[in-house]
Amino acid sequence: MAAHLKKRVYEEFTKVVQVSAEGSELCRVTPQQHEDLSAKKLRLTKPSKSAALHVDLCKATSPADALQYLLQFARKPVEVESVEGVVRILLEHYYKENDASVRLKIASLLGLLSKTAGFSPDCIMDDAINTLQNEKSHQVLAQLLDTLLVIGTKLTENPSVRMRLVEVACKHLTDSSHGVRNKCLQLIGCLGPVEKGVAKEAESQAAKDVQKIIGDHFNDQDPRVRTAAIKAMLQLHERGLKLQQAIYGQACKLLADDYEQVRSAAVQLIWVLSQLYPESIVPIPSSNEEIRLVDDAFGKICHMVSDGSWVVRVQAAKLLGSMQQVSSHFLEQTLDKKLMSDLRRKRTAHERAKELYSSGEFSSGRKWGDDAPKEEIDTGAVNLIESGACGAFVHGLEDEMYEVRIAAVEALCMLAQSSPSFAEKCLDFLVDMFNDEIEEVRLQSIHTMRKISNNITLREDQLDTVLAVLEDSSRDIREALHELLCCTNVSTKEGIHLALVELLKNLTKYPTDRESIWKCLKFLGSRHPTLVLPLVPELLSTHPFFDTPEPDMDDPAYIAVLVLIFNAAKSCPTMPALFSDHTFRHYAYLRDSLSHLVPPLRLPGRKLVSSPVSPSITPHEDPSQQFLHQSLERVYNLQHLDPQGIQELLEFTIRDLQRLGELQSELAGMADFTATYLQCQLLLIKVLFSRALQEKLWNVAAPLYLKQNALASAAAKQILEETYKMEFMYSGVESRQVVIIHHMRLQAKALQLIVTARTTRGVEPLFGMCEKFLQEVDSFQRCFISELPQMQGSFVDKLLDLMPRLVTSKPSEVVKILQTTLRQSTFLHLPLPERLHRASANIIEPTGESDNPLRFTSGLVVALDVDATLEHVQDPQGTVKVQVLYPDGQAQLIHPKPADFRNPGPGRHRLITQVYLSHTAWTEPCQIEVRLLLAYNSNKSKAATKIAKSTWNESLEALPQPENGIEGTIPFSKPVKVYIMPKPARR
Amino acid sequence: MPEIKVTPLGAGQDVGRSCILVSIAGKNVMLDCGMHMGYNDDRRFPDFSYITQNGRLTDFLDCVIISHFHLDHCGALPYFSEMVGYDGPIYMTHPTKAICPILLEDYRKITVDKKGETNFFTSQMIKDCMKKVVAVHLHQTVQVDEELEIKAYYAGHVLGAAMFQIKVGCESVVYTGDYNMTPDRHLGAAWIDKCRPDLLITESTYATTIRDSKRCRERDFLKKVHETVERGGKVLIPVFALGRAQELCILLETFWERMNLKAPIYFSTGLTEKANHYYKLFITWTNQKIRKTFVQRNMFEFKHIKAFDRAFADNPGPMVVFATPGMLHAGQSLQIFRKWAGNEKNMVIMPGYCVQGTVGHKILSGQRKLEMEGRQILEVKMQVEYMSFSAHADAKGIMQLIRQAEPRNVLLVHGEAKKMEFLKQKIEQEFHVNCYMPANGETTTIFTNPSIPVDISLGLLKRETAIGLLPDAKKPKLMHGTLIMKDNSFRLVSPEQALKELGLAEHQLRFTCRVHIQDPRKEHETVLRVYNHLKGVLKDYSVQHLPDGSITVESILIQATAHSEDQGTKVLLVSWTYQVGILEDIHFNQF
Repeated sequence: MAAHLKKRVYEEFTKVVQVSAEGSELCRVTPQQHEDLSAKKLRLTKPSKSAALHVDLCKATSPADALQYLLQFARKPVEVESVEGVVRILLEHYYKENDASVRLKIASLLGLLSKTAGFSPDCIMDDAINTLQNEKSHQVLAQLLDTLLVIGTKLTENPSVRMRLVEVACKHLTDSSHGVRNKCLQLIGCLGPVEKGVAKEAESQAAKDVQKIIGDHFNDQDPRVRTAAIKAMLQLHERGLKLQQAIYGQACKLLADDYEQVRSAAVQLIWVLSQLYPESIVPIPSSNEEIRLVDDAFGKICHMVSDGSWVVRVQAAKLLGSMQQVSSHFLEQTLDKKLMSDLRRKRTAHERAKELYSSGEFSSGRKWGDDAPKEEIDTGAVNLIESGACGAFVHGLEDEMYEVRIAAVEALCMLAQSSPSFAEKCLDFLVDMFNDEIEEVRLQSIHTMRKISNNITLREDQLDTVLAVLEDSSRDIREALHELLCCTNVSTKEGIHLALVELLKNLTKYPTDRESIWKCLKFLGSRHPTLVLPLVPELLSTHPFFDTPEPDMDDPAYIAVLVLIFNAAKSCPTMPALFSDHTFRHYAYLRDSLSHLVPPLRLPGRKLVSSPVSPSITPHEDPSQQFLHQSLERVYNLQHLDPQGIQELLEFTIRDLQRLGELQSELAGMADFTATYLQCQLLLIKVLFSRALQEKLWNVAAPLYLKQNALASAAAKQILEETYKMEFMYSGVESRQVVIIHHMRLQAKALQLIVTARTTRGVEPLFGMCEKFLQEVDSFQRCFISELPQMQGSFVDKLLDLMPRLVTSKPSEVVKILQTTLRQSTFLHLPLPERLHRASANIIEPTGESDNPLRFTSGLVVALDVDATLEHVQDPQGTVKVQVLYPDGQAQLIHPKPADFRNPGPGRHRLITQVYLSHTAWTEPCQIEVRLLLAYNSNKSKAATKIAKSTWNESLEALPQPENGIEGTIPFSKPVKVYIMPKPARR
Repeated sequence: MPEIKVTPLGAGQDVGRSCILVSIAGKNVMLDCGMHMGYNDDRRFPDFSYITQNGRLTDFLDCVIISHFHLDHCGALPYFSEMVGYDGPIYMTHPTKAICPILLEDYRKITVDKKGETNFFTSQMIKDCMKKVVAVHLHQTVQVDEELEIKAYYAGHVLGAAMFQIKVGCESVVYTGDYNMTPDRHLGAAWIDKCRPDLLITESTYATTIRDSKRCRERDFLKKVHETVERGGKVLIPVFALGRAQELCILLETFWERMNLKAPIYFSTGLTEKANHYYKLFITWTNQKIRKTFVQRNMFEFKHIKAFDRAFADNPGPMVVFATPGMLHAGQSLQIFRKWAGNEKNMVIMPGYCVQGTVGHKILSGQRKLEMEGRQILEVKMQVEYMSFSAHADAKGIMQLIRQAEPRNVLLVHGEAKKMEFLKQKIEQEFHVNCYMPANGETTTIFTNPSIPVDISLGLLKRETAIGLLPDAKKPKLMHGTLIMKDNSFRLVSPEQALKELGLAEHQLRFTCRVHIQDPRKEHETVLRVYNHLKGVLKDYSVQHLPDGSITVESILIQATAHSEDQGTKVLLVSWTYQVGILEDIHFNQF
């Protein structure tokens, strides 16, 4: 320990020397290093930066030179203490400098410097304001104002500073350069007084009404200034100032501006005002009527959906979605489009479809003239450019740019969620979007539909269109559609039938969709039991008189049908009467094999006997949870029994838990977690009380125990691995569990130490190991100091008591002490968190079933598509890796790109990536293994970072990071074999 | 009063033979040079003798602009340039220049080789004509001569279709050609900036129509094709070679791709193949999707669509065939139709309008038994569908374009008179601008109010803007200066400089005014009183009492003398230069 301390001090010392050496070289420290070493900086005596700069600047003969010096200077960071000095030097040169570009650079440097963390710029504010006075160059002025903005944002707490800056800005608002006016407005927007009444009269009149000042610049001649004015207004709003309603009129005029950025900002402003004063009444120009402001604003924003610039269109479409207070008839107008042909009214395809449906005629082929226009239209009544919201979404959804279309779909979604009647109306349009040319748009509209699905019921013709998309070759689209079907309401039994037929078609075309389709049918069945009921005989192809052949049980299509029926039968007790004998048998089989898809059914008594398994494996949730807790209780109570008894009990409990995890998916995480823990404990006990450690080492020849020792060290290694799994593979692990896990790891390490002590001769290597172990105990104590009281009688508790003795004793003694403590220690109760899920991965593709080897020329690369689902993985982008194992034992680790991960639902991720393979030539095809790994880094574990932070603050002495960041990987998917064949290159 | 004159030689209250003459600020421009599909005699081409009886056309026209490659917009071009004789520049976009000669050659072949006409333009003439063409890019400003400039905007409609802005000085005209305001599968929507032309000449084919969403039509089309193919039937789609054919191809291609379908799609060879080649080249003219994905894959590199061979028609199994011509009146499409008509599993989809008398029109109107040549009776059992895919702007689209461009006048062409009437009324009502719809040969004159640019020296401008508040873009501002018109240029200079340049001496004008006041006091007391009063009233001006007994308020001088006759009356002499302002504040009647 002493030696270790000495070494550390020495390290520290050398580091310091190194840094100060660097410091003298004008501190060429990268910012990162800079941060790392910030703690040590205090001790340094550094050369004055300001002095160096001053010398440099004085040396400069030409503006170009000076600029070069400044540029160089800007590349290096400046410490907090010297900022002020540097600023003074810069200001001094500023006044002397004649060249505008140099002054500009100085001004920008001032801004940069005042951003320095920990520096309070109020001391330089006056100087900065003074520089404004005599400045002629507009660019420099603008830059100086920018600097003031930086200073102001750092001093937001101080109202008088803000007031002063705003005043300065107001004074420069009359500048002829747009850049200066721009910055002034920005400054006013960021710093203008937000609270009414706080501004004292004495302060100034100018600052009294910032809104008016900004409002005056809505008509500035420069579009950039107009934009800046609107932005400043929005900024004020964001900061909490209530904008006046009077601006509304001005803002509306800005909607007709020539410049897109002005229009875009104006749309935002109008939206803000509509949210502030939704119920105010505004007059309609050129008529005597009045409407609510929010409706008026809605109409105006709708109008902007057909603007000339797509940026504005996107903006407008997005904002429409969040205008919830709009009256319903305005809302419904957005979907309205009156068609005409040669001045005669025509019905839209949607209306025709609806009529066809209601008249009972479905899917008739269209004839020439089917859409022939009907009644004449009064020419006076046709309004080609509507003043209101008419057809805004019709336009938005047909827009040329997909960005606009996506925004429109999103807006539709939000509006439909709040208004069921609107949801019903927009359905036709959403369904149309399923055929958009851009996949993203299609996907978005499917998701939207899913979100509003509780408000709607699909008509048969709409369902037909929706189902047509099931043949899409994109897996994302199909899966999104399955999700949609899960929560869709279908109105007729034909609809259900249609859906089933299309899903089965999908299944034959894309067999990999199996799981997704089954799940979809499960929900479809349970939502529409009464609609499924009349279909049952047809679906099961039963006949009242004849026995029909028994279908193939392994046919995915047949399973799909059964899933639908069984789930419907759950809430429809009359249905089982229609089943034939084999259906019951199949039920029993499926209930066991696909328990997550097939619900427990109350079947008539005779059948219950014939399928005895089913009732026994349908325990309710509560009993199983109870069972889990009971078995754990039992284990935890039995700490003082003899080892033999404990071992047996543990073995049984582990077996129980594992089985429970298989049966109850909700409890699987918890059961596995505890089972793993108990497994560790079991291993520990087994080794500790095995004969290898019972005997005295010193009087028996070591080779006799070689095998035993190997077993013991293997066990220790396994425990270590298991603890990493426990820590990193489960989501929902809390710090209470982390302590226990770390404790177990510590025990494993102790065990390792004991085993090595027995196998190695000589004391030298043991020294290092002992020291390391003690270090770990030390860091454990530091990390989990708050949890220690709950660990009475545990290994670590006892160890800490013995710590003074351990530090001073020889390795052999240490080992002896460890051995006895390990044996005497009680084993800790593992508290269970609320929810615990085990991370799991399933590789869907490659399937590993192909017999055709993937051929490629050796030395070149072949891309292998990997498609996998991940469950309960936190931060998959950082942790999930793909491993490829070649037959020669060579292993390759691939980090997928962050973009390859998708997040279809909470806790679920999907990895779709390409893995590049390459190898030298083989004589014949061979299999490689692909699997997913979960990478971990103990540094990054939740507990460790938390502790690390707190210790940093408490003491400056550098702790060795707990365990110094052990990195590793845990395989968490079944490996898949891929047949490949690298061919020799042809010469 | 400057004026713009517009005379349609074709397409005035009519569709076809687009040809519009525009005179703007002394420049003559011809917009489009098309043929009429309805006539086979002299009326098929515009009457170019209207332009000039005996002189050369080149002397009368500054340039010719072709908006797109449809024959009703460019069909008369070789006749006009080679046979009538025009050597000036002809402007069109790059794709139009590439595709136009193919269509012209095709047109020539049909007229000369099939119908046996003589006195028609030859292949060589087409080539010579194309040599006179200058290709332009989108948004490129082309200087035709020193004053006349033109600029092309995207118009949708077909590949390479453009709207043109013609500008002389600050007078401008925008000609739309044919355009489409809703995007389709291969082209984007027309777009124009807020250029505020004096006149917008727009097509008005669908003046009285508001169309349904394109999506429904597309979906119906795809669904029908898909269903038929799944049944194992064959689908025949008669198309014209260019334009819609490519859109439908893209539509089917992407659908096949999306749905993973395997049935073959065939495309009749010849003209179309060549055209497809150009579509591949001019990717920048297509819509967002195709433009963005062409790096991975050019959408016009069809994966599922293959060239058609006559023998394929008898192949068993489902297939989709695009065949020309579009109205089923002759050629390959008719041959295939005869082969497939007998099977009710098959389907024919007519994607466009059919002229009366053609087989296409007959089957669309429901005829199930057709008499073919040789007294053969063909029974049509196959399904017949009609799908309209037209790429013109509808009434709403036209209004939208007008709103975007904000013209001062609108002129309608390329539409039927009755329909135009409706649209005209709507435009006048909604935008409060004048709208015209001249017939062929009728001249419309539009008076413009051009603003004349004047050079001003920076010094003067700065000096003038420094006085008073910030300049406001929306309000006119008064300024002092001298306008010098010399050598065809206008300059605004300060009075001093004007005097210097013109070598004139400066004369100062002073106004004097006598005010009689009843005041018995002495002169200097009166002066003092006036001084004190002015001081009180004019707080913002400098009022000075000079030692010689006069008062100055800025440049105004006030002196008081006793009246020669009546000592009780004082005469106040007020003298000022021509600089009003302060005087308004002084009210002498207060005394």
